[in-house]
Amino acid sequence: MKKFFAQCYIWLLLVVLYAPIVFIGIFSFTGSKVLGNWTGFSTKLYTNLFTGDMQGTGSLMSAIENTIIIALIAASVATLLGTVAAIGIHNMRGRGKQAISFLNSIPILNPDIITGVSLFLLFVFLHISQGYVTVVLAHITLCTPYVVLNVLPRLTQMNPNIYEAALDLGATPFQALKKVLLPMLKPGMISGFILAFTMSLDDFAITFFTRGTVGLDTLSTYIYTDARKGGLTPELRPLITLMFVGVLVLLIVINIRAMRNAKNNAQ
Amino acid sequence: MENKEYIIELNNISKSFGDKVILDDVSIKVKKGEFVTILGPSGCGKTTLLRLLAGFGQADKGEIKINGKDYTDIPPHERPVNTVFQRYALFPHLDVYENIAFGLKLQKVPAPEIDKCVRRVLKMVSMTDYEDRDVESLSGGQQQRVAIARAIANQPKVLLLDEPLAALDLKMRKDMQIELKEMHKKLGITFIYVTHDQEEALTLSDTIIVMNEGKIQQIGTPTDIYNEPQNSFVADFIGESNILNGTMIKDKLVEFVGHEFECIDEGFGENAPVDVVVRPEDIYIVRNLESAQFTATVKSCTFKGVHYEMYVDTDKGYELMIQDYNAFAPEQEVGLIIRPADIQVMHKERTCNTFEGEIVDETHVKFLDETFESLPLEGFKEGEKVQVQVDFSKVDLIDHVEDGMLEGDVHFIIYKGDHYHLTILTDEGYHIWVDTTDIWDKGDLVGINIAPADIKIVKCNEHND
Repeated sequence: MKKFFAQCYIWLLLVVLYAPIVFIGIFSFTGSKVLGNWTGFSTKLYTNLFTGDMQGTGSLMSAIENTIIIALIAASVATLLGTVAAIGIHNMRGRGKQAISFLNSIPILNPDIITGVSLFLLFVFLHISQGYVTVVLAHITLCTPYVVLNVLPRLTQMNPNIYEAALDLGATPFQALKKVLLPMLKPGMISGFILAFTMSLDDFAITFFTRGTVGLDTLSTYIYTDARKGGLTPELRPLITLMFVGVLVLLIVINIRAMRNAKNNAQ
Repeated sequence: MENKEYIIELNNISKSFGDKVILDDVSIKVKKGEFVTILGPSGCGKTTLLRLLAGFGQADKGEIKINGKDYTDIPPHERPVNTVFQRYALFPHLDVYENIAFGLKLQKVPAPEIDKCVRRVLKMVSMTDYEDRDVESLSGGQQQRVAIARAIANQPKVLLLDEPLAALDLKMRKDMQIELKEMHKKLGITFIYVTHDQEEALTLSDTIIVMNEGKIQQIGTPTDIYNEPQNSFVADFIGESNILNGTMIKDKLVEFVGHEFECIDEGFGENAPVDVVVRPEDIYIVRNLESAQFTATVKSCTFKGVHYEMYVDTDKGYELMIQDYNAFAPEQEVGLIIRPADIQVMHKERTCNTFEGEIVDETHVKFLDETFESLPLEGFKEGEKVQVQVDFSKVDLIDHVEDGMLEGDVHFIIYKGDHYHLTILTDEGYHIWVDTTDIWDKGDLVGINIAPADIKIVKCNEHND
């Protein structure tokens, strides 16, 4: 009996968590303009999404493109900066190390809206005209702490003699970094990159405040503007569904990889 | 050894981390092809010394020469030495072959030659056919073999080993000791081996360097170190020993445990306080009381495999440890004999505590960063620098740390037959030596008090030490 309630509780929780997405998923397979109105099964919205037979298609496609390119650039640069920063923090001693680790965690906890507004004010103050570049810069700022957070534990777990062993065997500090340290940090860098990528992908507040007035849209700002114009463009429903499935597949792949690694280590 | 030149010369190396002095003016010379062991308790600076030699970290002072060339400021990757680390430090993302080939590839050695070399060193560490194995799938002993193979593949002039066997179990350690010794013979290169295990040091080394608290205590062959320790630390650290306070009455005559003994040592002067070391296997224990030098009562007798280990109380109330092939029952009266050659006499490092102090007023003196009450002082000015002397036996140690004038912890203990000689390290980093009959354990926190009557104050200029 106890087990039965425990089961029910879990299922209830899952339903509450996933109902909205499932709802949108179901209604992406109907042609109705209004969400919640079932007018029979149809893949019309999917066809529209890819063939572009809808109003404002151009701006939606360019918003998707912007989102992905910005996320890729921001995640790549953040991975580079974050890894170097993590190595630096790891090699610090005493109080400085604690202080920097603390400072690193503040941007993560800080509400995005505050980061967004302060970046906006900073760019205005520095007379940097806002647009693509400022959005990318802002996203790099947003993502770097997450990479640091993913790489640092791998450094702490590492036997400090390993880097020294490379030097001892005749590697210059740069060779030791390239041939020993980076390969060992790779898993942390990859998970940091993925996290940074998703952070950039779903960011709204920071993008909104740093994109300026040149008409730059990412997916989140596009959806926001679109919804304010009165009603969600129906084609967003299949888009959201596809993105969800994409993320789901990515997550499954990561989990399978992690499981395989754990198995290898156990042997 | 034909070539007598020194492969390694360390001259006056000092190193501190913050306030803590790790190495204090250490000088070592190592001959080519020697197996040298740096032996000492944890925290004595032995690993730091090895790291300086490898190039990890900079000495504050001093000079490092390898093969006659100054290497003091040369980074690790340009030094002709290779290190075997305590926790192996293999590259987990590379397999056994790639680990060993790492250094050779950096030197751009042609592939066929690398192949040959890897196979040769793997054979040397009895790991043939393990080339393709993942290093993390190997056992601790196997990983250490690969680590040694990786270090010798580079053909260093000197191999540095930092407690390489510490993580292995006893049986494996014994096997590896023999293999290391053979490897040393075969390779003909210099080994510098760091360990805290005195037995390992005695087994492996040509020369042992005993270190404690950043200073070299003694350098010598294993037999020298064991038979003729130069101070009570070395005597206590290497093997079992009875360490006793004694008085050198004159040349070749020493008094300890309340009796006079003939010995072979000279040149200590007359009536000089000394430390005496007698190894437990060097005390002869007999039934016949008349033929003995002194008598004792057996307190306990334990079988140790080859010999029996007995504790006896002597007629003058000292406790001695004796090892003998024959067992003597507890309560039995026995005779004891010590031969002159088996008595090792050592200079005392100190006979009482001496501190730098400063007069505060007529009844107070400041030393060890604390103001102590003293007996009324005459003939001293306020603020005058003085020397404060306190007998070892006049320092009070108390359990309740907060009741003491000073706080510290028990740093080192030597049993002197009828009392313990403790080294106390105060929180401010000063050493205080204490004689006591109370039993303390290493690391115990203690409060320290000194009674006014026991503080002896000497004018600095009158003191001629």
